[in-house]
Amino acid sequence: MQFFLEVLIGGLLSGVLYALVALGFVLIFKASGVFNFAQGAMVFFAALTFVGFQEVLPGWTGLEEGGSAVFWLAFALALVSMIILGILTEKIVLRPLVNQPHITLFMATIGLSYLIEGIAQGVWGANVRGLDLGIEDVPVEWLMESSNILVSKFDLVAAGIAGVLVASLALLFQYTKIGRALRAVADDHQAALSIGIPLQHIWVIVWGVAGFVALIAGMIWGARNGVQFALTYTALKALPVLILGGFTSVPGAIVGGLIIGASEKLAEVYVGPFVGGGIESWFPYVLALLFLLVRPEGLFGEKHIDRV
Amino acid sequence: MKLKKTVLLGATIGGLLAGGYASAAEQFIGLPSYRVGPYAAGGSALFGAWIDYMQMINERDGGVGGVKLVWEECETEYNNARGVECYERLKNKGETGNSVFQPISTGITYSVLEKVAQDKIPMVTIGYGRTDAADGRIFPWVFPMVTTYWSQASGIVNYIGMKEGGMDKLKGKKIGLLYHDSAYGKESHAIMDKLAAKHGFEVIKIPVAHPGNEQQSQWLQIRQAKPDYVILWGWGVMNPTAIKSAAKTGYPREKMIGVWWSGAEEDTVPAGSAAKGFTAAGFNVAGTNYPLIKDIEKHVYAKGKGNMEDKSRVGGVYYNRGVVSGIITVEAIRKAQEKYGQGKALTGEQMRWGFENLNMDAKHLASIGATGFMPEMQISCLDHEGSGKVKFQQWDGSKWKVLTDWVDSDKPLVRGMIEESAAAYAKEKGITPRDCSKEM
Repeated sequence: MQFFLEVLIGGLLSGVLYALVALGFVLIFKASGVFNFAQGAMVFFAALTFVGFQEVLPGWTGLEEGGSAVFWLAFALALVSMIILGILTEKIVLRPLVNQPHITLFMATIGLSYLIEGIAQGVWGANVRGLDLGIEDVPVEWLMESSNILVSKFDLVAAGIAGVLVASLALLFQYTKIGRALRAVADDHQAALSIGIPLQHIWVIVWGVAGFVALIAGMIWGARNGVQFALTYTALKALPVLILGGFTSVPGAIVGGLIIGASEKLAEVYVGPFVGGGIESWFPYVLALLFLLVRPEGLFGEKHIDRV
Repeated sequence: MKLKKTVLLGATIGGLLAGGYASAAEQFIGLPSYRVGPYAAGGSALFGAWIDYMQMINERDGGVGGVKLVWEECETEYNNARGVECYERLKNKGETGNSVFQPISTGITYSVLEKVAQDKIPMVTIGYGRTDAADGRIFPWVFPMVTTYWSQASGIVNYIGMKEGGMDKLKGKKIGLLYHDSAYGKESHAIMDKLAAKHGFEVIKIPVAHPGNEQQSQWLQIRQAKPDYVILWGWGVMNPTAIKSAAKTGYPREKMIGVWWSGAEEDTVPAGSAAKGFTAAGFNVAGTNYPLIKDIEKHVYAKGKGNMEDKSRVGGVYYNRGVVSGIITVEAIRKAQEKYGQGKALTGEQMRWGFENLNMDAKHLASIGATGFMPEMQISCLDHEGSGKVKFQQWDGSKWKVLTDWVDSDKPLVRGMIEESAAAYAKEKGITPRDCSKEM
């Protein structure tokens, strides 16, 4: 039972980290109705920019290397970079494609992902970097001592951060003017424009917020596994989460993440040995596909009804 | 920009840098590099070092036997299809065509395995590729030099035996094998099963799906099974994730032994303090305190001609591995020139002879400033591996520290498996093995 609980809790906490990446997809989808293929590249770009600034800032400013001033300045500069990236994406990629079919926008984001990956490596180099956020990735002692259950301190903190982000964004979309405008834009670009919603403005805001989410996700995943190209693969973990939770729901991302995280870990441990193991990579997709058959819009997704 | 610079440097070096060599012969070497994409971190150091070494030979010695080394990179992004495209693009370049193909990718190796035999271009696969190609009777054009995966696995088990106080102490032990769930990772299975049967230990095989950025369930299984050692047969992000997950589950890093694709700075630095004590095998060591690295610094970097954008990577594990590729290329040219004459470019067939007759003993290694840098190696028609030895290095929190001398493999066992597997390949493909007694 203790082992089962360890696997389950570990899976749930991993799921929250998947949800963090999925959140970036949800934001863009809500605003433009397009699946942003470049989200993984944005996570990589954001984390690499952050550690890149951390490396160069002491030389530029004379600030103490590894100090908190460098950390926060690097964070601010990385955030500004993500906002600039969002503005440029809106101006260069999205604006010329207003009212084009969603598949066109999707294709544009595929191109964008390669561009972002190339720029990130071109500017900051291809070296693998470590990232220390000052949170130890060790088991929570009292849990170990009291029940011999291993739960990572780092994963708990990361889950907390993700939870706060999700709650804030859910409130933003539900109760603010921007949130309502955003939902209108997602529904119909032209109709939103006709009633005076500034489409470009909304897109810049959303890409900026998605950039912020990518930065947080990149920092957490980067601290876990190192800042390297593999951060782009985090997007692969987010896809089944989106299918399950729904592409338009912020709380759906977190619930989907929890289900995917827990089920993939339990499957790997309890089903894996019977089929040769290594099923963690495809099991969530099988689960998501099965789910699609029952509820195509996802758990919290908006039901799409067309008049025929 | 770096690629452009490299191509310019490589392609024009003979004619432009030294007028006296304007009419000298040039030996063309095609480099199927990967400097962008998922494996750029390793590729930039491996190919950058290889270029630096050839540049050093040109700058210091004026080339090899009066022949300038020239090269051109072709970006593969570690993609098989692009690797084949690069192979085709490079094979007819230079006076005598491409004289050696080293893809530094197992996938590309398999993709061009039959092509190199048809085109008569030797393919050198140092520390990757097809292990049974070490049987030169059946694979005359492929050279999995220095150490193969099977020798490495055997070397690691021998090292564990050394740590335990003798191979007989392995009886009843449990060795976890955390492997990348791919052809590369599964390459370890057959040899580990044979070694387990021979020495009486148990192998617990635990796969990690690509890319391996999540290993919670695997390490909980390890925590439950309590193996005495864990061999990390990983690649890329799987390595730092494994090291950090080991720390998270309280598994001692001193009991974790990585293979050479798990034992570079790119694997330990991202894991931070969790990597302290982690040990890895390698057919080359890290460090700059070797005469040949000093020569690269003096003749290449001091003149502003270094290929690495980040000079601090000189002396790293991947960098020094790239230097091994350079050494073997240069020494094969030197050897082939002994037979076919200096001052002219060699063909692929002539280069193949050079590789097959390489004898890099202790004296030879000392003469090129590589004592302790890589193991002694003697290639023959029968044996395209030539060494089978590895050294073990431990990460002390900031750098690799060499722990052992060269540790040998269980040669009779490994060679038996190589011959058995190569014979099966020959039968499948209808290949008649060469008679090595007739080779000179």
